[in-house]
Amino acid sequence: MTLFFLIAAALTIVGTAAAMSLRNPIHCILSLTLGLVGLAVLYLQLGAQFVGFTQVLVYVGAVAILAVFAIMMTRSAGSPQQPAFSRSWLSGSAVAVVVFAVLAWAISSALPSTKIVPPQPAVSVNQIGDALMHKFALPLEIIGLLLTAALIGAVIVAMPERRETP
Amino acid sequence: MIVPDTVDQIFVLSKHWLLGYVPTALQPIVSAILSVAPVLVVFPLLFAITTVLERKGLGRIQNRYGPNRVGPYGFSQPIADGIKSLTKEDIVPRSADQVVHLLAPLLLVMAAFLAYAVLPIGRNMVLTNLNAGVLFFFAVGSMVELAVFMAGWSSRSKYSLLGAMRAVAQMISYEVPLVLASIVVIMASGSLSTVAIVNLQASYTSIWPHWFIFTPWGFTGFVLFMIAATAESNRSPFDLPEGESEIIAGYYIEYSGFKFALFFLGEYLGMFATSGLAITLFLGGWAAPFSFLTWIPSYIWFFAKLLALICVFIWIRGTLPRLRMDQLMGLAWKFMLPMTLLNIFTAGVWHFMPSGFTRWLVCTSLLIVPCLLLSRGLKQRKKLQIRTYRFAE
Amino acid sequence: MSPLNAYLLLSALLFSIGLAGVLTRRNAILVLIGIELMLNAANLNFIAFWRYGPNPAALTGIMFAIFSIAIAAAEAAVGLGIILAVYRHTKTTDLDQLNSMKG
Repeated sequence: MTLFFLIAAALTIVGTAAAMSLRNPIHCILSLTLGLVGLAVLYLQLGAQFVGFTQVLVYVGAVAILAVFAIMMTRSAGSPQQPAFSRSWLSGSAVAVVVFAVLAWAISSALPSTKIVPPQPAVSVNQIGDALMHKFALPLEIIGLLLTAALIGAVIVAMPERRETP
Repeated sequence: MIVPDTVDQIFVLSKHWLLGYVPTALQPIVSAILSVAPVLVVFPLLFAITTVLERKGLGRIQNRYGPNRVGPYGFSQPIADGIKSLTKEDIVPRSADQVVHLLAPLLLVMAAFLAYAVLPIGRNMVLTNLNAGVLFFFAVGSMVELAVFMAGWSSRSKYSLLGAMRAVAQMISYEVPLVLASIVVIMASGSLSTVAIVNLQASYTSIWPHWFIFTPWGFTGFVLFMIAATAESNRSPFDLPEGESEIIAGYYIEYSGFKFALFFLGEYLGMFATSGLAITLFLGGWAAPFSFLTWIPSYIWFFAKLLALICVFIWIRGTLPRLRMDQLMGLAWKFMLPMTLLNIFTAGVWHFMPSGFTRWLVCTSLLIVPCLLLSRGLKQRKKLQIRTYRFAE
Repeated sequence: MSPLNAYLLLSALLFSIGLAGVLTRRNAILVLIGIELMLNAANLNFIAFWRYGPNPAALTGIMFAIFSIAIAAAEAAVGLGIILAVYRHTKTTDLDQLNSMKG
C-alpha cells in the first residue's frame, strides 16, 4: 500500500467517523464532505477519473448542500437540547462492530493475498459515453425516468399544504 | 501553422531548460512547482489590476472619475487596498463558530485556484491535460457553494445567513444552465478535454477561424454561458446576495481585514476562471482571430480575450439594474433551462444537415422563435400607468 | 496484503461506520447521511473490483458506480423531502420521539 493510499484512506475514515459522532449536525455534514472528497481521491487513485469527478460534483455540490438546507429548515442547527445519540446506542454500535468483524474475516480468508497487480486500465470518457449509448442505453433511460419521478415527488412531498379558507 | 515559434513557446522552453539543472529524482516535484507558481502569481496580479480597472470603469460610466489619488491616474490603488486590508483588525464575533469561520474563505480561494489547472493558456501551456477536464472544472466550481454557505452560517448573524441562503439558491439554480450550455461544445468536439476543444478551433478556412461562437448554436451557448457565469460569481445584475443597499453585504458582513480580502480574491478568481472556460469553449482559446495574425504569441491572445470579457462584465455591472430574487430564479428555471435544451437540439440538427445556407436558416429560426415566444410569455402583465405622486403635487 | 484486500477492508470499515451512524443517531437527517455513506462504501467496492478484476474493458464497475451515484442523489432528495414533511407535522426530527403510528 502506497503512502497516497494511506493518506486518502485516513482522511476518509476520519471524516466519516467524525460525521457520525459529532454533536452539531452542520459540523457532521462538513466532515462528511471531507470524507467524500477523500473517497473521490481514492477513485482517482484507482484510475476512475470520471467517477471521481462525478462524486465531487454530485455529493459535495448537491447532496451535502441539500442536507444543510434540510438541517436549517428543521431548526436542528443550533446547539442541540436533547442528547445526540439514541437510547439504544449500545446495541446499535455492537451490531455495527459485529458486521465489520464478519466482513473483515470474510475478506481476509476468501481472497488469495497475491502481490500480482494487473496493469492500470486506461479508460477514456469516450468509452464511457459509448457504453452508455449502446450497451447501457436502457438503464440510462430508466435513470432519467427515475430522476424525473424523484424530482416531482420531492417537490410534492415537501410542499406546504394549502390551507383551505372557510 | 503549428510551427513551434521561440517566442510563442518561451515559457515551455525556459521551464525545460531550468529542469535540466535539477537531479532526475526531484524532477516531477520541481516541474509541478514550476508550472503552478506562475498561475499563483499572474492571476492575483490580474485581480489587482481588475479592481482598479473596475472602479475607474464604473466611475466613468457613472460620469465621475474613479480613484485617481494613489499613483499615476490612480493605478497604484491596489497597493493601498492591500496594505489597508492586511493591517485591519481581524474581528471575529464571540458567538461565531471559530473553525468554520476561518475555513470558509480558505476553501473558497482553494476551489477558485484549482479551477485553473485545466485552462490552456497558450499552445502546449496547460497545467494538466485531463481526459475529463471540463467535468473537473464544474466539480471544483461546485465546492464554492459550500464555502459560501459555511461563511454565512458560521457568522451566526441573521443577515449573513439570509445572504448565504440566497446566494446558494442562486448558485445551484444557475449551475444547471451553465453546464448545459457547455454540453453543446462537448457534443460538437467529441471530447471533454480542454486541449482537444481548443485544438479543434485553432484552424482557419482562408482567413476566418473555426471558433464555435461563429455558429448559431455556439453564439446562443456563449450568451447563455455568460449570463449563467455572471450569476454564478454573484456579480451585478445578479448580486442580490451581496447587495449593499439590501442586506448590507450579505454573507461576508462579519468578516474584516484579510479574510474579507480573501473573499474578494476568491470571487474575482472565480470570475476569471469562468471567463477562461468561456474563452476555451467558445472563443477558440489561444487561437488568433485571423490567420494572418498567428505570429502574435498564443498566451497574448488568451489574456487579450480575457481582458475583453472582463471589460464586458464591468460594462454590464455599470449598466443594468439589479434583479429581484424571484425574477432571478424565474429567469434561470423558466427561460434559460428551456433555451439550453433547445440549443442542444439545434446543435444536433446542425451536425446532421448538409452544410450551406439552409442549415443556417433552420438553426437560427429554431433558436430565435422560441426565445421570442418564451420572453413574451414570461413577461408579467403589469399595465404601465402615468406616475402620480401622493405628496409632491 | 494485496491492494484489493486493502480497498475492500476500507470499504467494509466505511460501511460499518455508516451502519453505526444509522443505528445510533437521533436526528433523522443524520440517519439519512449514514445511509448515503453505506452506498458510497458499496461504490468503492465496485470500483476496486473493476480495477483489480479480470475484465476491466467491460466497464461494468464504473457503470454501476455512476448509476449508484445518480440513484443515491435522487433518494437523498426524496428522503429529505419526507423528513421535512414529518417535521412540519410533528415539529421534531428526533427519531426516539417518533414512535407512534397515530396522528
